[in-house]
Amino acid sequence: MSEELKETQEKEKKDIIETEELTYADYFCSAVPQSVSPKAGKVIQKFYNWAQANSLWVLGFGTGCGSIEIPPLYTARYDVSRYGIFPRPTPRQASVFIISGYASVKTLKRIIRSYEQMQNPKFVMGLGSCTINGGMYFDSYNTINRLDYYLPVDVYIAGCMPRPEALIAGFNKLKDLIKEGKAEGGNIYAENFEWYKANQKKVIKDWDMPDYNW
Amino acid sequence: MRSKNSAVINETNRIGVLTPEGPQTALSWETVLPPSSGLDLESGKYLKIWHGPQHPGVTGNMALELTLEGDIIRECKTHVGYLHRAFEKLMERRKYIQCFPIVCRICVPEPDPNEYLFAAAVEELAHMEIPERAIWLRTLILEMVRVAFLTMGLGGQAGSFGLGPIGQWAVTHRDYLLDLFEELTGGRVYHMYILPGGVRRDLPEGFTDRLESVLKKIEKLISSVEKVMFNNAVFKARAKGLGVIPPEWVVPYGITGTNARAAGVPFDVRKNNPYLVYDQLDFEILTGTASDVYERTSLRKEEILQSIRLIRQIIEHMPKNGPVRHKLPNVLNWKVPAGETYVRAESGRGELGYYLVSDGSEYPRRVHVRGPGYTHAMVVLEKLADGQSIADLAGIMVSLQTCPPEIER
Amino acid sequence: MKELIKRIESRFTVLHHIEQRPDLLFLSLEANEIVEILTYLRDIENYQHLIMISAVDHLEHQVFQLTYLVHNYNKNIDIGIRTNIDRNNPVISSVHHLWPAAQVYQRELHELYGIDFPGSPRQDDPMMLEGWDNIPPMRRDFDTKKYSEETFFPREGRETYDPRKVMEEKSYPKESEIKYEIQKLSRDQRNK
Repeated sequence: MSEELKETQEKEKKDIIETEELTYADYFCSAVPQSVSPKAGKVIQKFYNWAQANSLWVLGFGTGCGSIEIPPLYTARYDVSRYGIFPRPTPRQASVFIISGYASVKTLKRIIRSYEQMQNPKFVMGLGSCTINGGMYFDSYNTINRLDYYLPVDVYIAGCMPRPEALIAGFNKLKDLIKEGKAEGGNIYAENFEWYKANQKKVIKDWDMPDYNW
Repeated sequence: MRSKNSAVINETNRIGVLTPEGPQTALSWETVLPPSSGLDLESGKYLKIWHGPQHPGVTGNMALELTLEGDIIRECKTHVGYLHRAFEKLMERRKYIQCFPIVCRICVPEPDPNEYLFAAAVEELAHMEIPERAIWLRTLILEMVRVAFLTMGLGGQAGSFGLGPIGQWAVTHRDYLLDLFEELTGGRVYHMYILPGGVRRDLPEGFTDRLESVLKKIEKLISSVEKVMFNNAVFKARAKGLGVIPPEWVVPYGITGTNARAAGVPFDVRKNNPYLVYDQLDFEILTGTASDVYERTSLRKEEILQSIRLIRQIIEHMPKNGPVRHKLPNVLNWKVPAGETYVRAESGRGELGYYLVSDGSEYPRRVHVRGPGYTHAMVVLEKLADGQSIADLAGIMVSLQTCPPEIER
Repeated sequence: MKELIKRIESRFTVLHHIEQRPDLLFLSLEANEIVEILTYLRDIENYQHLIMISAVDHLEHQVFQLTYLVHNYNKNIDIGIRTNIDRNNPVISSVHHLWPAAQVYQRELHELYGIDFPGSPRQDDPMMLEGWDNIPPMRRDFDTKKYSEETFFPREGRETYDPRKVMEEKSYPKESEIKYEIQKLSRDQRNK
């Protein structure tokens, strides 16, 4: 894995003409994401998974209708911070991305950008029926129908709007998946990178960012 | 950073590297960034930042493109369209009764005025009358939704200035109201309770007692919020004199709702063009003089108390028995007579209006929703943000109560 | 209300008027008199609040119908001014000098219908759509379901596990197919 990385880096050094000013390219990583395999032994990996499952930090991005049922989660009635779940404003510190409802084409581009800036291990939860099959906007020209063709989704929560208790049940399911070691969204994204990118580019026509946005 | 020079970028995905003509040197910044009005972006004084869609401080999914000089905003552009679902095109493909589940979702925090307006427009074109008790029930649920929305708005306003616990209290009390909605209509957020011909069902047993206890809780909340937030020295120092809307802007920019009333223009749809039973209820238009953030927030708090008084009057004067719904013809074959109409209502943010065009068939010809936040967010916010510090921007935006889903539907 | 209609008819040529409600009046005019009648209503008759500018697509007659809705604060009356413009070359004068709020409505109509308001600020800035390369989407000849099926990957419908239907299709495949076709045809005939 490291040899391929070295080869690509040497190729890029030949391409870039060195100037004294900072180029646009210095701000973005140009290497394709790699999948990460567990490094520790079985018992320690189980401990890692348990710790990860009990401290899920959610990215603060209300992408659609469903973000009206998220403030009740964080406040005193359905208090979710007793499970260790907490909102964070930046993708570098978050591990769960809740896509609350439909995603229009303009928002999908920003979702992908934020998702690629999150660090492995990362999980995606699809909230509402619109992420499953388009919901009641199935024939709209601006909303996507199936979210899992653009991002790897771990848990779907059906409903319109799902109650906060349904969200907590979804979090429990995600925690079970993590403890078993089956929540591999980031690795699936890295392995099928070409397929995901082809789907995204088919829909997002105004693609003016580099291919991988790390 | 966002570039408009997509011709170069799409070929190589990197600026200043490889183009079909061969290697080129790095392009300068001005060909990359969009032109700005009168500001010299070449000099290193200005910074372009996106107060963007992924941000915990915007009211919904909206983006502001700011040009900063140090800490002061010099130019602000609003970008909407992240929530565009093409409602009006979808409604042209659905029959009239199938539009009702869709119409709720145009405004996410306060869905009932939308349902009422669509039902009122259809009833006006079809010359339908609705029973007496149904009119009172519609008013009751509209006022309850208004209280729920304004309470959450108060919490949001406090959160934008850093007073976190008030947001927790406000959302919790709104949850008690959502419990009542679930008991009455079946859904916490989207009710689908108001239909052409009346309302869907009658009040359950003991509903008014539970409603009264929730209203008492909200009144206690407001009195503690008054002590903690409105007498808070930090809030007063930051919010007074911030985001002033002069009264000359109200008419040319089409500002309605609390933003206009705080500037001194007494414009309230419930008094000027009364609909439902508002001409039988006893209330006054609340206005203020200094239209800054403090005044708007304090007016909204007073409107919560006003709506609670209105709810108590409605429960007292409502007719005790009666049908709640007239029978409709076969709704799947229902042809509404041709015509055009415009109906309006007062939502928590301003004047909400529906323009309905029908051509005599089973599908609506054109439905156009006029959301109150349309001009607030696109034009007024850009003018108000000029010259302010970036730390106060969230406070100004929340005080205008811009709700992006109804701007771009 | 009647004096108002008389005053307006004495100055402009009104093609048609409807009194929809005691506080709502619709007037139809020609496209070249729009700016004058809106100025007259705003300055002299005190209809100072512009509610919205909307458009309706009449594909059968090949016209766009524009509606300008204005409101009077003192008398609480609305007036809707309707006009027709040609669909193949949709151009009409802009009113952003009368109300600065009009530029937002005109920007939206330009993007969704393709109507051109020369002089309106920031008109070519896309507001709601990004990277749109098809015809303006609110026009009636744009089929949104077909576009959605081609661009986005639709999920197949649900399968039914109704035991009666499953046994019918297993035991009598040809008869059940004919039966459901006949049911579908008769349902379509009934809807017509």
